[in-house]
Amino acid sequence: MDSTPDRTPAPPRVSQRFGSAWRVVRSRRSLILIALAPIFLAGCQVPTFGAYRGATTQGRDAFKLWQGFFIAGLVIGGFVLLLILWAVFRYRKRSEEIPRQSQYHRLVEILYTVVPLIIVSVMFVFVVITENEVDATPKGQVQVQVTAFQWGWQFYYPATGKVVEGETTEAPQMVVPAGETINVSLKSADVIHGFYIPQFNYSRYAQPGTVNHFNFNILHNGVYRGQCTQLCGLYHSLMLFSVKAVNPAQFAAWEHNVPSNNATIGQLKARIKAGGPGA
Amino acid sequence: MTDVIIPVDTVVGVAPPLVTEEHVSHAHEEHGPSGILKWLTSTDHKVIGMSYMITSLALFYVAGIMALVLRLQLTSPNASVVSFQQYNELFTMHGSLMLYLFAGPFAFGGLANYIVPLQVGAPDMAFPRLNALSYWLYLTGSITMMLGFVVAGGAASFGWVAYAPLSSATNSPGAGGDIWIMALILTGFSAIFTGVNLVGTIFYLRAPGMTMFRMPIFTWNMLVTGILILIAFPVLTSALIMLFCDRHFGTHIFSVQGGGSPILWQNLFWFFGHPEVYILALPYFGIVTEVLPVFSKKPVFGYKGMVFATMAIAALSTGVWAHHMFTTGLVLLPFFSLLSLLIAVPTGIKFFNWIGTMWHGQLSFTTPMLFSIGFLCAFLMGGVTGVMLAAPPIDFFTHDTYFVVAHFHQVLFGTAVFAGFAGLYYWYPKMFGRLLSDKLGKWHFWLMFIGFWVTFMPQYEVGLKGMPRRVASYPPNLGWQIYNQISTVGAFIIAISFAILLWNLWISWRRPVLAGDNPWDAHTLEWFTTSPPPHHNYTHLPPIRSERPTWDYNHPEAPSIVGHGEGKRLEKAKLS
Amino acid sequence: MKIEALFLIGVGIFFGIVGAVYWFTSYEDGGTMMLAGTCLLGLVPGSYYLFWHRRMGNRLEDRDDATIEEGAGVISSFPGSSIWPFVLGMGAFMTVLAFAFGIWFIFPAVGLILTALVGVTAESRRGGNV
Repeated sequence: MDSTPDRTPAPPRVSQRFGSAWRVVRSRRSLILIALAPIFLAGCQVPTFGAYRGATTQGRDAFKLWQGFFIAGLVIGGFVLLLILWAVFRYRKRSEEIPRQSQYHRLVEILYTVVPLIIVSVMFVFVVITENEVDATPKGQVQVQVTAFQWGWQFYYPATGKVVEGETTEAPQMVVPAGETINVSLKSADVIHGFYIPQFNYSRYAQPGTVNHFNFNILHNGVYRGQCTQLCGLYHSLMLFSVKAVNPAQFAAWEHNVPSNNATIGQLKARIKAGGPGA
Repeated sequence: MTDVIIPVDTVVGVAPPLVTEEHVSHAHEEHGPSGILKWLTSTDHKVIGMSYMITSLALFYVAGIMALVLRLQLTSPNASVVSFQQYNELFTMHGSLMLYLFAGPFAFGGLANYIVPLQVGAPDMAFPRLNALSYWLYLTGSITMMLGFVVAGGAASFGWVAYAPLSSATNSPGAGGDIWIMALILTGFSAIFTGVNLVGTIFYLRAPGMTMFRMPIFTWNMLVTGILILIAFPVLTSALIMLFCDRHFGTHIFSVQGGGSPILWQNLFWFFGHPEVYILALPYFGIVTEVLPVFSKKPVFGYKGMVFATMAIAALSTGVWAHHMFTTGLVLLPFFSLLSLLIAVPTGIKFFNWIGTMWHGQLSFTTPMLFSIGFLCAFLMGGVTGVMLAAPPIDFFTHDTYFVVAHFHQVLFGTAVFAGFAGLYYWYPKMFGRLLSDKLGKWHFWLMFIGFWVTFMPQYEVGLKGMPRRVASYPPNLGWQIYNQISTVGAFIIAISFAILLWNLWISWRRPVLAGDNPWDAHTLEWFTTSPPPHHNYTHLPPIRSERPTWDYNHPEAPSIVGHGEGKRLEKAKLS
Repeated sequence: MKIEALFLIGVGIFFGIVGAVYWFTSYEDGGTMMLAGTCLLGLVPGSYYLFWHRRMGNRLEDRDDATIEEGAGVISSFPGSSIWPFVLGMGAFMTVLAFAFGIWFIFPAVGLILTALVGVTAESRRGGNV
């Protein structure tokens, strides 16, 4: 009556039981460990996988973490995908015979619980290291206070009182020196906005009633575009700005050039209410 | 009110099926209401489940059309397909319809309502009238949500997450926001009552011999989902009431001016919001765990591992809410990052168990099986990108960009759509007694699968390039247009596949191919009864000695071999 | 009922631990309160089930070897059809519309809700379709 073949009394060895899959698992595990090593390399020969390399030191650190995670994801995801495709092709229905009704394999189950746990813990260590680098806020040479409002940005330099502001497509430009530590404090005048500079690999919320502090150490001169990322109302998609990094000397000259008719936030909002853009 | 009597079943072991007596009460053969009155008064979980499924699928199509309009707008940088205000309303409603009114209700109100009592051998849900009330609250909640479009000022436009202070009366005046809040209060209570019903039914109405660890994995997932609903939805309902009070009764819970805290809204909302996405995912995981064994002709691999993995996912998911708030600068980053990374472990266990189910099986690629494999592929990549987002330094530059949009569409589409359609094609024969065309189903699957990748892969890239989400327009000179255009083409391919589904449903109704009780040679209890099941579900029941009572009954020669060398001991226990 | 009880108590213990860890690492009020609530959501019903399990032992669906014949007889009463969920649902709908479209909606709404509550209670007592 029993149509399934008899099994030998002694449990078969794992390598017999799972054969090629076991070898694949072992070799893939070492591959994962090797693959995480590039985090320590300069990262220059590893592809960017679509992200920016980072124009700030903080952005560079975030980028390296991205590369590490991407490689880990590629390896692990690729491995699992291979297993799925292997199963789909190798175990297509060939006959009406009912296959062996196996329900569990303790060793493999323990393995695929413990190994991901270890991988995830290692990844967490790298996350904490990078996070501490990115969010460190030692006192810098330059301070900028950023205020977001519906629908533009204001940049205020407390050292000299210089104010730069603009709404929507006027895209105000925050001028800062490259190579120096810049302390940014960020808040909002009304709703929550997102201060996002893609090439810095960084964004942070501008919120009413609370100030966020973060640092930039920009590596090279250049103009870096920015935009609001957190939905803030009708003209959310037009809330543009940019950051221009110049030599420290140029910056000092610019910062001290304070015109006498700096607008305030209140005046700007009144002008917007009178007739907004793109209506 | 009718009493239900379980009939005596003399089937034991491998004897041929012979029911000697049926003590089925004749009271429920009375001529009850018919037609529309029958629909209005029915408390039968099958009727309610069917109503839920039809309503939610209709809303799915409506939300899908909204998505097509959004994609048309984004095909060129400064398009004017719709105005900025209309665009903001459309993505708010697209998200709200999909998440609140389709994915959840289809799973726990529709499929689970229909299938769970059948799978545990119960005549109905534990609280039938409460079940009916759930449906009416859901229907009226959905109507309320859609009413937003007809009020002055338009529908809500603050996103499906309604962050304060944007959702305050000053920043979002008009009845649209209030309608949105009210709709969610109705559907929230609907979900809570369904959660109560699910837990009650699973705890109390199982058939004799169906211990907790003999329940099908779909039922286990619905139990865990039910508990998650009870944890999460009351928090949402409370937060919505608080928001309404802020908008109309002069409170300052979420506004800085009165001493409140905008971030409190985010904490409350995401304490609901993250378990919510697992409420949306777990039922669909359960569907896949039903389909894969049947079409591999093997039992679920690692049953207990699956159960504990599901519990671990649900437990962890309640502790990760602030990973949606990493960029606020106001949350404890390592705590939430670690827990978010940890969720990958039980999810990985489930993946390996699914693969283990297929391993050494005899796979037949029917439409439900294809959709389940499609789910595995889609969710795999969506899960990997989720792990990336769990790292705050990476989240800082991907948050609120199209990278996140691509990630959550992959996971949600992978679950609610791929696995959801797997469930639809799998259980359709049981519900209607006829088969859906497998040929059209394959067309549906392949077009949807291809369209899915074409739509969402470019979105990852354009998000990494810096395109934020919820934007009605974008600057023309940044090279983003090509990605948006490809994505729109993909969206229309998906739309065509949905048209094929409608055609399949229509043609299978007009020219029915009868299905029989168990066309798939499936394993679980619901396949033992007729298609469709009779009133109160079962006229006779097989002995329940494992998680596959129907398989054991039909294939006594192939019982489950539990592991290495343990087969004989457990086989002896299984044959009653 | 033991597994169900342990499941819920396990939920309670897990969130108790997570809540404690969260409080002592963040001192954040909102999240801690929600985690504490979730802990209670597990502990309270779970201990109730445990108490009843101790008192009544294994039910038919807790036993591995229970047979269908043993379960023969009346399970429970399942109301076959009832108009009251619909009426209550319409009452809730109108209550909600009152907040958005005009407070006068509240009068028919309360009427429907009260009717439904009375009807459901009467139906449960009488044990028949209305």
